[in-house]
Amino acid sequence: MIGRIGSIYRAAAAAALLFTSLLPAASAGPRIDPAGDQRAFQAYFERAFPGVALDDFANGPYAVNKEMRKQWEEIMQFPPYDFALDDGKRLFEAPFKNGKSYADCFPDRGIGIRQSYPYFDLRSGEVVTLDLAINRCREQNGEKPLPYEVGDMAAIDAYMASTSRGKPFDIRIPDDPRALAAYENGKKFFYERRGQLNFSCASCHVQAAGRRMRGDILAPALGMLASFPIYRSDWGSMGTVDRRFVSCNEQVRSLPLKPEDEAYRDLEYFLSYMSNGVAIAGPGTRP
Amino acid sequence: MRGALPMIALAALGLPLLAPLSSRAEPAMPGQAVAFDRSKGNCLACHTMKGGDVPSNVGPELADMKARFPDRKELYAIIFDEERRNPQTVMPPFGRDLILTPQEINEIVDFLYTL
Ligand code: HEC
Ligand code: HEC
Repeated sequence: MIGRIGSIYRAAAAAALLFTSLLPAASAGPRIDPAGDQRAFQAYFERAFPGVALDDFANGPYAVNKEMRKQWEEIMQFPPYDFALDDGKRLFEAPFKNGKSYADCFPDRGIGIRQSYPYFDLRSGEVVTLDLAINRCREQNGEKPLPYEVGDMAAIDAYMASTSRGKPFDIRIPDDPRALAAYENGKKFFYERRGQLNFSCASCHVQAAGRRMRGDILAPALGMLASFPIYRSDWGSMGTVDRRFVSCNEQVRSLPLKPEDEAYRDLEYFLSYMSNGVAIAGPGTRP
Repeated sequence: MRGALPMIALAALGLPLLAPLSSRAEPAMPGQAVAFDRSKGNCLACHTMKGGDVPSNVGPELADMKARFPDRKELYAIIFDEERRNPQTVMPPFGRDLILTPQEINEIVDFLYTL
C-alpha cells in the first residue's frame, strides 16, 4: 500500500514536472502563449482525471470524489443558495435612484453574460471582472459601491450566473501587449510559491488536486471558477471569487490582498481563460 | 488512478482512525504535539498517521518509519527541506523556512520512529 502510494507520488511529481516544463520558462524570453498554455493545462487535468467530462470540472470536489458527489446530490434537493438567488434577482432588477438599473450597464442587459468575464478592457488597459463591473455600474449611476466577497454582491453574482448556466467560459485575450502582460501576471501569481508554508495555488489545485486535505477534497484548478459564487457550508453563507482567493491566501499564512486588487483580477483572468469551454454552473454549493 | 486514491485511503486508513485523540492509550510525545498542532507541523493536513483523526492523502501515509528510514538524518532532512529531494514537492520546508526549530524537528523524528 505504502509502496504504491509512494510510486503514485513519484508519478504525480513527474506529471507536475512535465506540466511545468510545458510552460515557457521565465528565462526563455518574452514569448507568451496563452493558447498553448491552455491546451497543456486542460490536457493535464484530462490525464489526471480520466472519465471526468470537461463541464463536470465546474463541480470541483464533487467531480473528482464519489463520496462527496453523493452528499452533493442530497444537498441539491434544497439548494442552499436559493435565498441568495431570489435576493439577487430582486436586487438586479431594482432601479437605481436615477431610474436606471444594472441592465443598462451591461451587454444583453446583463442576461447570459457571466461566461465573458473577466475581460480585458482596451480603453482602461486593465482586467475587468464581473464584480468590478457591477460596482462601476453603481458608481456611474450615483450609487455607493457594494462590499466585495459576501452579501448583496454575491447575491447579484448568483443571479447573473444563473442566467448564464450552460454557456461555456469564453474569455478572450486580445492581441495587445497589456492584455498579454495581465495574463502573464495572473499566471505568475498562480504558480509562484508564497507565504511561510511555501505553497503556490498550483501546489494544492494542480499537484494535489483531488486529494484529501483534512475534511476537504482539493478542487482541480480547471473549471474552478465556473460555479461561483458558492454557498459554502463551512462559511455558512455565500462567497464570491474574492472571498475564496482571500481565504486560500490566508490558510497558507500569507498576507491576502484586497478584493479586486489588480493581481487578483489578473489571477481570475488567467484561471478563467484556462477554463475556456467549461460551462458556467453557478451559483454552486460546497461543503 | 488519482480519482480512486482518496477512496482507497479513506476505506483502508481513515475509518479506524476516527476515534478522538483523547481516547489514545499512550500519552502523547512532545513530537506528536508539534506534528499535530495546526500552527506548527500540521502534518495531518497532508499525511494520515497513527493517532491522527483525519484521513488526508496529499502525501503518503507515515507508518513503519524505522524500517523505511533507518537513517535518522534522512528523515530529519525530509522535514527540514523536502524541496532539496524533490524541487516540485508541496511539502513545506519546515526547517529552512523557520516554521519549526531543529529541536522540534528532532522531536518529530522521535515521534515518527514510534509509527
Ligand atoms: C494549502 C492548500 C491550498 C492552497 C495553497 C490554495 N488553496 Fe484554494 N482551496 C484549498 C481548499 C482546502 C479549498 C476548499 C476545498 C476545495 O473546494 O478545493 C480550496 C478552494 C479553492 C477554490 C474553490 C473551488 C471550488 O470548487 O469551490 C478556489 C477557486 C481556490 N481554492 C483558488 C485558489 C487560489 C487562486 C490559490 C492561490 C492564490 C489557492 N486556491 C491556494 C486549499 C488551498
Ligand atoms: C502540504 C502537504 C504536506 C505537509 C503539511 C507535510 N507533508 Fe510530508 N509529504 C508531503 C508529500 C506530497 C510527500 C511526498 C514526497 C514529496 O512530495 O516529495 C511527503 C513526504 C513525507 C515523508 C517521506 C515519506 C515517504 O514515504 O517517502 C515524510 C517522512 C514526511 N513527509 C513527513 C512529514 C512531517 C513530519 C510533516 C509535518 C511536520 C509533514 N510531512 C507535512 C506533503 C506534506
